[in-house]
Amino acid sequence: MLLTVNGEQGDYADDLTVAGLLDQRGHDAAVVVVERNGGIVPAADFATTRLEAGDVLELVQFVGGG
Amino acid sequence: MEDKFILGGVELKSRLFIGTGKYSADNLIPAVCEASGAEVITVAMRRVEKGQQGIVAHIPRSMRLLPNTSGARTADEAVRLARLARAAGCGDWIKIEVISDVRHLLPDGYETAKATEALVKEGFTVLPYINPDLYVARACVDAGAAAVMPLGAPIGTNRGLRTKEMIGILIDELDVPVVVDAGIGRPSQACEAMEMGAAACLVNTAIASSADPVRMAAAFRAAVEAGRNAWLAGAGAVKAPGEAAEASSPLTGFLR
Repeated sequence: MLLTVNGEQGDYADDLTVAGLLDQRGHDAAVVVVERNGGIVPAADFATTRLEAGDVLELVQFVGGG
Repeated sequence: MEDKFILGGVELKSRLFIGTGKYSADNLIPAVCEASGAEVITVAMRRVEKGQQGIVAHIPRSMRLLPNTSGARTADEAVRLARLARAAGCGDWIKIEVISDVRHLLPDGYETAKATEALVKEGFTVLPYINPDLYVARACVDAGAAAVMPLGAPIGTNRGLRTKEMIGILIDELDVPVVVDAGIGRPSQACEAMEMGAAACLVNTAIASSADPVRMAAAFRAAVEAGRNAWLAGAGAVKAPGEAAEASSPLTGFLR
């Protein structure tokens, strides 16, 4: 299925959860915040939130800044 | 004399806030935190790159995070970033930064005030980064800002307190802490801001871009403390140009 992740469209396996997506991309689920179609996915729901074709995701974390 | 600094309902001992941007190596940050004595530290929020480590691992757990909304060009974008920052589970303090001018990086007062109002309603402790404009500052305070953070000079310039008079007006007129943010390049400038009655200073570039950030952090700590003490002490009167000198030593009992 097609997902847009951080502005880039890509083909991903069906039946993918938020936790699975983070794992596949090598992100640390403990520090990444996930926005799905404009709404925040609580970290407690990463493992149970199934992604759907066409979802737009933003995966963000804290970086250095002033 | 007791000198409590309460911000967003939290008592802080240090009046120096620091940032986490621009360090040549992020593993300098723990030592900078220690040397600065700071309790509040800013971070930004960005898309995560593959294999990229976040900044939080370098920040001592005892510190209070102050995420900024850098990258936001409108109030709506700032609100979105603030919600994401809060979802990271590091508290509800937020530094509002709304900038669409990419050359001078000056904050948009109108959008900043709008974002302040929206985020206060959502329960955030809001610290807006502003030009030291009394009307913008009042709009933010009326909307419930916990403090205002006027710039001394444009971000990252190390030019110092170019807006000194305007910051002085904010300090005189507002009932919330005034935290001078941006532009402070040297400890003497932070000291001057504190002597004027600023509640605190936020310093990032001046520390991070110095040759020895840990030592510079210690220098800023001392400067902010000195400036605060001077303000509490109350400076003596300044004689106008042309007024006669006034001897500090007695004018009687000379040996002749």
